[in-house]
Amino acid sequence: MLNQTMIEECRTFAKKITDEVEKVIKVRSTLTVERTVLRLLGVDGINQFDEPIPNQMVDEVVHNGDISKGISTYIASALYHTKLSLADFIDQYKKSEVNLTQIPLIDSKKVRVVLAPYINQSFEKISKNKVLRETLIHNYGKNLTDLYVIVATGNIYEDVIQAKAAAKAGADIIAVIRSTGQSLLDYVPFGATTEGFGGTFATQENFKIMRKALDEVGLEEKRYIKLVNYASGLCMPEIAAMAALERLDVLLNDSMYGIIFRDINMQRTFIDQHFSRMINAYAGIIINTGEDNYLTTSDAYSEAHTVLASQFINEEFAFRAHLKEELMGLGHAFEIDPEIKDSFLYEVAQAEMAREIFPNAPLKYMPPTKHISGNIFKAYQQNTLFNIATHLTGQSIHLLGMMTEAIHTPFLSDRYLAISNAKMIQKSMASIREEFIFKKDGIIQNRASEVLEKAHELLGQIASNSLFKALEDGIFAGVKRPYEGGKGLGGVFVKSKDYVNVVFDALEVKFNEN
Amino acid sequence: MKIRPYGDTSHDGKVQVSFTLPISTDGLGISAAKELAKKMGLVNPQVVHVEDIHEGYRFFVVYGSVPYEIETDTLKDEEIENVSLSKEEIEEMISKNFNRNLVFVGASTGSDAHTVGIDAIMNMKGYAGHYGLERYKGIQAYNLGSQVENEEFVRFARKVKADVLLVSQTVTQKDVHIKNLVNLVELLEAENMRKDVILIAGGARITNELAKELGYDGGFGPRKYAEDVAAFAVERLLEKK
Repeated sequence: MLNQTMIEECRTFAKKITDEVEKVIKVRSTLTVERTVLRLLGVDGINQFDEPIPNQMVDEVVHNGDISKGISTYIASALYHTKLSLADFIDQYKKSEVNLTQIPLIDSKKVRVVLAPYINQSFEKISKNKVLRETLIHNYGKNLTDLYVIVATGNIYEDVIQAKAAAKAGADIIAVIRSTGQSLLDYVPFGATTEGFGGTFATQENFKIMRKALDEVGLEEKRYIKLVNYASGLCMPEIAAMAALERLDVLLNDSMYGIIFRDINMQRTFIDQHFSRMINAYAGIIINTGEDNYLTTSDAYSEAHTVLASQFINEEFAFRAHLKEELMGLGHAFEIDPEIKDSFLYEVAQAEMAREIFPNAPLKYMPPTKHISGNIFKAYQQNTLFNIATHLTGQSIHLLGMMTEAIHTPFLSDRYLAISNAKMIQKSMASIREEFIFKKDGIIQNRASEVLEKAHELLGQIASNSLFKALEDGIFAGVKRPYEGGKGLGGVFVKSKDYVNVVFDALEVKFNEN
Repeated sequence: MKIRPYGDTSHDGKVQVSFTLPISTDGLGISAAKELAKKMGLVNPQVVHVEDIHEGYRFFVVYGSVPYEIETDTLKDEEIENVSLSKEEIEEMISKNFNRNLVFVGASTGSDAHTVGIDAIMNMKGYAGHYGLERYKGIQAYNLGSQVENEEFVRFARKVKADVLLVSQTVTQKDVHIKNLVNLVELLEAENMRKDVILIAGGARITNELAKELGYDGGFGPRKYAEDVAAFAVERLLEKK
């Protein structure tokens, strides 16, 4: 039994840590936040140079207007004075017949009135998506554990073939890995794409194509197949908006991953994660956090407590964006070196600990990757151990390990064999959770207590300094990031007194209704 | 020496292969799998397993013998042959021969977001009990992380007067790693820096042979650790002196 007082104290530390970051978030916005507002008003498409219209509009205001007033002010003023509908305005905007910055600005009250119908339209669509998802899951039945696999061909149509095959073999969740490098693009590509490296570009059209395919296979299989993408990188909230509109179900959406692993500026990331999580909260999209990644760089045994500490912080950030526990897919991983004696027991200890501390969260459990070699037979064995740990500790989102992890993007057969492996464990050990109790003060219980104690100590330290300092000192994954460093800082700005964000405000109203 | 695969008897030539075919019946699939195995050069192929993995796709496991022998005496060793030195021996070699720190700059370049490889070689902690270059006395190690553009990498190398450049490539889809590795060599040549540095490529699919073909001094694949890379680089720097 874990020390409940200590768990409560961890949450108190996390609140204190987040309080300080919230001060930075509250007074600032970013260019991708503004582009998200446009997208949720219905602005889409590209210009003759393939530049997305939301980027073109926001950049126009950055250069010729005052973005600190918010894009809402500019687009509303333009619609008000031109008396055009948004669709007609975009049409003329593409032809450079109208612009946003040579028009007198209207006050915030009028801004809300002008934009209300467009927001309502998007919100209605998102809300319908949410109801449909809930209805389908209710009708088909909910799994204790969802099997999660990845497709990554670079070509959305090829992805569809592989995703359908995986779903038919038993996968419940399909993630379309993004092309490497997309996280550092400061725009979202447009249209269906067939060329990507190590993955497929996240575009709204690609979302739509895959959603349709999974709905088809779901209907045949009588299961709801969830679709995953990545609200991370420089366009975090824009991806969240597109995912909400196209009924994606899960988004990778971490409060610190981009800072640590993509060298994205921390202010930018904290602001973007907050807005994107608000959208996810409204859309009923499960977020997945990226703590598992810490263990691919740091040692999974000695640094396990950094994962737990980060989960507490991610949880608190999520609460502040109105996400319910049921939508918090906190991440962790099975990455301890299998050569360590009793490594499996330690893995079980850490997984069970996470399950007990976050009982209502759909925990995302990641397979071994760091200690997987080209020996595919050994890799298959390691994945079996991982599958047992997952099942024994009742993890919710079970990302399947591939025997060819260290070699290539998975073959059709690799994915099939991975699903068969997990299914066999689920069946052959169906009731194992009810049959086993952990020995009092045994290796497993002691390990869990030790990790909790160390996480408690670390959170205390961070709370007495600050999260910014912790990131500068490389507490997580051993990676150091300066406050003013990294990519995307140029897209952060302080809001002026008359700043308006109609989407943000409308979301707050919705959250307060409930 | 002439060798063949060893199944359960010397020289029996037994191998196992598995693959997926886009075919919709077991019977036709078995015939197709056998034919394919024959074309691959297998004698007496046996399809020991066929499984429907998705409508229109079947997975096969096939055993057979290869009639070929390989003469090993005339082959090149794919792995870099250098005396395996310990961390301490390398540190001593540096302090004896150079009166300064050697500068190593590493990165996962281009759009590649994977840091596992470069971290294993460079991070203080290292990998599988082999300490990384950051921990070596006499080595100043800079790990620039992932998604570093070649231009930025070269700029940084010039700034810190790098002796050794380590380039990690993990994603190999559509040969993106080859293009990226070649681009770096071209860039270094254009900047007239190629001769000033020991240039090393690393990654799960990198071999020494491939690296040399692309104009690198050496390449390191799996099962290679910081001391292998460091020993190779320091020896090359000594030769250059």
